[in-house]
Amino acid sequence: MPELAIDLTQPMGWLPIIFAGVMALAILAYVILDGFDLGVGILLRLGHDRGQKDQMIATIGPFWDANETWLVLGVGVLLVAFPKAHGVILGALYLPVALMLVGLTLRGVSFDFRVKARPEHRKNWDHAFYAGSLIASWAQGYMLGQLITGFQSSLANVAFGLLIGVFLIYAYRLLGAGWLIIKSVGDLQLRAVQWAKDSLWLTAAGVLAISIATPWVSPRIFHKWFSFPNVIMLMPIPMVTIVLFLVIARSLHRLPSRLALDNEYGAWIPFAATVGVFLLSFYGLGYSLFPWLVIDQLTIWQAASAPEALMVIFYGVLVVFPCIVAYTVYAYRVFLGKSSALEY
Amino acid sequence: MFDLDPHLLARIQFASNVTFHILFPSLSIALAWFLLFFKSRFMATGAQFWMNAYQFWVKVFALSFALGVVSGITMSFQFGTNWPGFMNTVGNVAGPLLAYEVLTAFFLEATMLGIMLYGRGRVSERIHTLATLLVALGTTGSAFWILALNSWMQTPAGFVMIDGQAHVTNWLEVIFNPSFPYKMTHMLLASGLTGAFMVAGISAYRWLKDDRSEEVVATLRSGVWVAAILIPLQIIAGDAHGLNTLEHQPAKLAAMEGIWETQREVPAVLFAIPDEKTQSNHFEIAIPKLASLYLTHTWDGEVKGLKELGRDHPPVAAVFFAFRLMVGVGLLMLFVSWSAAFMFWRNTALKEWVIKAVYGMTFSGWLALVAGWYVTEVGRQPWLVFGLLRTDDAASLITSGNIELTLVTYLLLYLVLFTSFVTVVFHLAKKAIHPGVNHA
Repeated sequence: MPELAIDLTQPMGWLPIIFAGVMALAILAYVILDGFDLGVGILLRLGHDRGQKDQMIATIGPFWDANETWLVLGVGVLLVAFPKAHGVILGALYLPVALMLVGLTLRGVSFDFRVKARPEHRKNWDHAFYAGSLIASWAQGYMLGQLITGFQSSLANVAFGLLIGVFLIYAYRLLGAGWLIIKSVGDLQLRAVQWAKDSLWLTAAGVLAISIATPWVSPRIFHKWFSFPNVIMLMPIPMVTIVLFLVIARSLHRLPSRLALDNEYGAWIPFAATVGVFLLSFYGLGYSLFPWLVIDQLTIWQAASAPEALMVIFYGVLVVFPCIVAYTVYAYRVFLGKSSALEY
Repeated sequence: MFDLDPHLLARIQFASNVTFHILFPSLSIALAWFLLFFKSRFMATGAQFWMNAYQFWVKVFALSFALGVVSGITMSFQFGTNWPGFMNTVGNVAGPLLAYEVLTAFFLEATMLGIMLYGRGRVSERIHTLATLLVALGTTGSAFWILALNSWMQTPAGFVMIDGQAHVTNWLEVIFNPSFPYKMTHMLLASGLTGAFMVAGISAYRWLKDDRSEEVVATLRSGVWVAAILIPLQIIAGDAHGLNTLEHQPAKLAAMEGIWETQREVPAVLFAIPDEKTQSNHFEIAIPKLASLYLTHTWDGEVKGLKELGRDHPPVAAVFFAFRLMVGVGLLMLFVSWSAAFMFWRNTALKEWVIKAVYGMTFSGWLALVAGWYVTEVGRQPWLVFGLLRTDDAASLITSGNIELTLVTYLLLYLVLFTSFVTVVFHLAKKAIHPGVNHA
């Protein structure tokens, strides 16, 4: 077992843990932040008319660029800190990664083109925006499925990946709808409540599928969860997740009548609780995988770069990371509240 | 589909992505500073036409930025998938440089972009101008880190090799490696020229479409002056860069000049068709002794030829022609920008042929930039990291079927996006035209 030889007092021992943490944070930030704007992209097709679609896009306009940067940081840390894992993982995921990149490209550029192109081309860019969001989300879900099942290309594993892809589309859709409930008013807001309702149970099914599949794939992960006393210590994770789903369901049930009276009380609950579900699922997944980057094949220590290179980046992260968080929070504060028409 | 070598496909895929990518950051860097200038003029004078200029060009900037971001994300994945040997060998150098690019520059520009584009009205004018400044600093900072890595690949320094892996001994030597100052200057000036000719060219287009508003004249004038000032600086920087290349990468320089024999009193080859089989030039037109003068700054200085430099030299014809294309476009830039600047300086009526010439040069910056980029990158072959890692040893072994499929997809996508960008920029220009208002 490689874990036995790790000396956590040495940079070689603790630096990989730090970087695994930074990578996890970046991916988590990406999934939640780009998750809601991919979700809005997936929902765009359902917008009632051009004005409503513009309104939907306006809720994500100032953010998507920076949101996508978290993906670059996540994959960047994988590349820079764990080059061996980067090769194995992205080699195994070559096609879904390419598909995701095409999706993200379409989404990213249509966002700008749709308002600037000739009127007769606008519809095409709307379609491209929707298709790009859908493709990128699905590809990410497929990759997640492959990661959990250890990159096997057996039929069952591919099918599992396909399914997780569909579930992730609904999870992002739920997140996006929650975001729209916070940022919009009137008809769009009411529609968003309905869209969230439509996405809720498939999202739950996705979380369930992953929770069942992960321990089943590796006896080691099974042991981590179900041995005594772990099983009791870990119980709160699934319990709280279930409670959060119920909270979302109840909130979505009550919101329409409140919103009809211009009462915004609790409008943030669906989004916040969905973020909670993402956090817990992510935590659970991290707990299952750690310290493996490729399940039962490659640990963070085996894959790490030379400690001196990591140390140089570590100093940079220490100084710069708080700044990034600070100005990101500032940017979100600037656009706090209901979104206004998007023009420049 | 085709029976092509997967190494070659991986290289074509990466090269096409880099080529597509480089167009947009190089434009964005310059446009960001132009926008800051327009915004500052507006703040200083209160004249609405400066704000109009800002609002027109910020749209082009946003498009260019988005295209740069999405193609850049693709690249961050392709570093690993297409060049696994690169990270395995020099990851300890490349990794931190790329990381610092993301941490110090990429986040900053992407976050501030939101405020720059949509924040007016939600923040004060000062903060909005500050956001514009931070975006400009972010784009330029990105260029700094990326060029540090790129120039290090040309002239590696500040490291030792242990067990086939580069380990850094001195970060300052890594970043400020021998070719870095030349590359950084040359690239930033190229970016400036790309932006200046784009701004001047699109303004000229609007002027020719009968838009004589203060806005159009102001942006035309700004673009022309920036171009006219930068182009002589660029020629000097290019010359200095050439001398640096002569010192560190003589084979690249010999290929650029089409010099096969080591000789004194080297002629400057204006045109030829280099032939690697016979190791000679066909149809050569040359000026005696001139190359010795500009390469060694003496009439009889010696320059090493490709024959003496051995087999590790780049494909000669590609480097030779790309270099001539770059220099040719550069000379045209000099002629057109000075003609137009002279017109503004003398305050004479704007002559239509000059404006047409400026319009014709709208995308000249891109042409010269890509040609120059090919000179330096193809010129580094057969090395990926000069003298350290061969391109062939770093390429990936992804099965060629997958690469063919993704290559075709990417190429189609880039073609569509490039065409869309150009079309939409002209569409925006047409929409912005205020015909018949004559202030000129």
